[in-house]
Amino acid sequence: MKHALARVFVNGSLAWMAACAVLPLAWMLSVSFMQPAAADGLPPALVPLHPTLENYRALFAQTGMGRYMFNSLLVATLTTLVSLAFNLSAGYAFAKLRFAGRERIFHALVGALLMPAQVAMMPLFLLLKWMGLVNTYFGVMAPMLVTIFGIFMVRQYTRALPDELLEAARMDGASEGRIFVRIVLPLIKPIIVTLAVFTFLASWNDFMWPLIILTGQEHYTLPVALAVLSREHAQDTGQMMAGAVVTMLPVLVLFVALQRHYIQGLLLGSLKG
Amino acid sequence: MKSARARVWRRTALLAVLLLAACRATPDTSHVTTLTFWAMGREGESVRQLIPAFERAHPDIHVRVDILPWKGAHEKLLTAFAGDTTPDLCQLGNTWVAELAALGALRPLGQRVRQSRVIDASDYFPGIWDTNRIDGTLYGIPWYVDTRLLFYRSDLLARAGFDHPPASWAEWAQQMAAVKRLVGPDRYAIMLPLNEFEQLESLGLQQDQPMLRDDGRYGNFQSAGFEQALRFYDRIFQQHWAPKVTNAEVPNPWAEFGQGYFAFYLSGPWNIAEFRKRLPADVQKDWATAPLPGPDGPGASLAGGSSLVIFRHSRHAAAAWALIEYLSQPTVQLRFYQLVGDMPPRRATWKFPALADDPAAHAFRVQLERARPVPKVPEWERIASQLAVTGERMAHGELTPDQAARSLDRHADAILAKRRWVMDHGVPASHAQGAP
Amino acid sequence: MNPRRLTGWMFAGPALAVMGVFFVLPVLGGFVLSLTDFDPYALANLHNLRFVGLGNYLALLERPAFWSALGNTLYFVVAGVPLTMLLALGAALLLNQRLARWQGFFRTALFAPVVTTVVAAAVVWRYLFNTRFGLVNSWLAAIGLHPVDWLGDPHWAMPTLILFGVWKNFGYDMVLFLAGLQAIPGELYEAARIDGASAPRSFWHITLPMLGPTTLMVGILTLAGYFQLFAEPYVITEGGPLQSTVSVLYLMYNDGFQWWDLGVASAVAFVLFALIFAITSGLLALTRRRGLA
Repeated sequence: MKHALARVFVNGSLAWMAACAVLPLAWMLSVSFMQPAAADGLPPALVPLHPTLENYRALFAQTGMGRYMFNSLLVATLTTLVSLAFNLSAGYAFAKLRFAGRERIFHALVGALLMPAQVAMMPLFLLLKWMGLVNTYFGVMAPMLVTIFGIFMVRQYTRALPDELLEAARMDGASEGRIFVRIVLPLIKPIIVTLAVFTFLASWNDFMWPLIILTGQEHYTLPVALAVLSREHAQDTGQMMAGAVVTMLPVLVLFVALQRHYIQGLLLGSLKG
Repeated sequence: MKSARARVWRRTALLAVLLLAACRATPDTSHVTTLTFWAMGREGESVRQLIPAFERAHPDIHVRVDILPWKGAHEKLLTAFAGDTTPDLCQLGNTWVAELAALGALRPLGQRVRQSRVIDASDYFPGIWDTNRIDGTLYGIPWYVDTRLLFYRSDLLARAGFDHPPASWAEWAQQMAAVKRLVGPDRYAIMLPLNEFEQLESLGLQQDQPMLRDDGRYGNFQSAGFEQALRFYDRIFQQHWAPKVTNAEVPNPWAEFGQGYFAFYLSGPWNIAEFRKRLPADVQKDWATAPLPGPDGPGASLAGGSSLVIFRHSRHAAAAWALIEYLSQPTVQLRFYQLVGDMPPRRATWKFPALADDPAAHAFRVQLERARPVPKVPEWERIASQLAVTGERMAHGELTPDQAARSLDRHADAILAKRRWVMDHGVPASHAQGAP
Repeated sequence: MNPRRLTGWMFAGPALAVMGVFFVLPVLGGFVLSLTDFDPYALANLHNLRFVGLGNYLALLERPAFWSALGNTLYFVVAGVPLTMLLALGAALLLNQRLARWQGFFRTALFAPVVTTVVAAAVVWRYLFNTRFGLVNSWLAAIGLHPVDWLGDPHWAMPTLILFGVWKNFGYDMVLFLAGLQAIPGELYEAARIDGASAPRSFWHITLPMLGPTTLMVGILTLAGYFQLFAEPYVITEGGPLQSTVSVLYLMYNDGFQWWDLGVASAVAFVLFALIFAITSGLLALTRRRGLA
């Protein structure tokens, strides 16, 4: 009896919490399919009576969402690829290759993790202006090309690799590059996937920096476009919800598909911190 | 060993090249000049419809119109200036011309005007033309004029016992009180969004004393005139004639006006077209426009509007000028008025019957004769936004009008500190980097 | 040079160079900027730039808007961090029970808000809590309660943002707590059960102490994150009503990118950094003394 009651309590509480967590997202999805007049109505409706794609059609036709989606996709993909290249090679170097000042530099990097990114934003803007890179895709990517967190994660994971394996390969005359590509990378595939998911999500969701660096609409990423639209088109509830769905859906799908990797990465990074 | 490393380096180099290629603008190799033109809000949407005719007349020029919402436009302009990504030309609220000119961002246009056959300086309303002249140099061509007036529900006023709009503050207060008694606690007499400063600014402009003193070095908000304006503004909220809301909480003011949520609304000419478009047919006979009442009689209002300016760093100044000349032709200005409802700055355009005979436009013509410019200091936008913040605090009862005046002066003096230093020691804009 | 050392530099060098240019250099530059009165006049002509030493920092101390922003941010942190952690711990404890079913599904649902784009979620929140048209008020009315002016009343605006923060972030803390819980050896509970300890007792004497390091880490991460409140005020309330939701970063953004007072804005950024650093160091020192870390 007590057992059954406890089970109901535990599962019931979890169900209720899950419902609260998901409710705003479900409502957002629901409203995006409502008739424009119904979405603004009083009292607010919960479920669309006559579902329609009108909001999405208007969104893409009038606000250029397609372009912004392309921008987000391009920036997130390029950032992921480039930062993977940098973070993987640097993380490996900090883990397995000896060079002067390695430990001191690493400790400095970890210390810098505490620094909020905003401290660097204004001078970074001026620097990019001097380089002529304001309002460019590269400008948006610049702060995320190399992340301390990424290097940290790769180092932690790579340290576990047995040194003997690498030594043996060196004895056989393999070059460092070959060792890295042929031996190390395949062994750390899980962390590569994790880091890729992390970076893609972080880049896609990034808001403050793209807001600052993108001065012209043509390069807007989805979060910036949505923020601008929300200040301008406040009265079109259905359209705004459609915009929110379009912004969130790709990352939600990615997350659900690869959540194991994402959460594992979270734990790996934080527990050792 | 060498080949693997070399392969890695080559791949990295290729990636870098691809990245840079994707990121920098591709150079224009065709013979068509592409102009970037930034326009705001409703004007932006309407000017897009005027572009095809221009492009037909100038086949070697293509115009790309980027529409900026008014809300972040000032921020975007300054950011573009800071980041060297300004467009070729843009629509600029004339209160911002002084600011960008002081930063050295705009090209002087005097020479081009003298050589132009389309733009005749004497045809423009002198006060409006003057807002574009900073320290003797002309930086913009007026595109349209605008001011703030009273939009009102004549049927609600009639039910409250009045057959004409107010002509002075005393009469206005009387009418607002009567309307409020009529509509009850859930509706209001007037809408004054607390995060907008234009309303308090207009009341301030109606006073005899200017809002800044000493050639714009110090605030003058503790003058008798402005304190009078603050007291009137405060009274409207303390008497509950206006709701204490921001425009974010009333996202659809047109619908609310149509439903009688409020009877008075201070706004500009573009809303003539908007109300005609959005309100149902049976309400169209129930609204009208009137000039702003002043403290003792008919009052002044903002000498607002937008100019067309060319940025100093534009590489297509001649093409940009061609577009400006096109948009300044009286026939094109008339078409623009019909699309948006913004008033033209040239007397020649006012002679067309469409304007001369429009009753809603008449109030604007009258108000334009009494339009006054805001102080021509680069910091005005920032000081004006402080008007909204302080006005909001006063409306919520945190400050008395006296305290509000003192607070505004403190803020203005702090904001103008650098200006005082630059005027006494610094380098004026004519010496800014980047020659015209 | 030892070829392996050279390799080390070749692998780490590019990353360190990029970081040097795009992070280290700007941070140093930011510090220098904070010692000047860089503003639009200086943007127009560098001769208008003045070195003011600690002038910006001192001016901040005398600026009511700064103290107000600091107060708002502290309100958000002091209320938000414990709420988030408590909710996260509760959810983790529930998920960790053997009685719980469909754990994978629940974990995904509870974690989903963390992954959503802040801006999009904030837009949804703004509509949900609209005073006249929002779903939340219509539900309150349905159960007979008076509608609340969530986003228009200066006393309710920050709580609404805090609620948003908790909703968005508790999943992250929950996952960390869950990992911490799963790392506690089962034998400890077995031994306690054999000794006759009740559930609340073993929670108090086993679970909580063993979770110490995890709790500290979760606390620091959440704290540092909440101090950087920006997107929510920007999208949901635009700093209002009555500036009640202006956070330190929002102030920095306005000063820096709305009015281009880069000198002042840089000073604000460094003050925020100093604050976060001081508080997290203090927390670490405190717990080290208590022997938890």
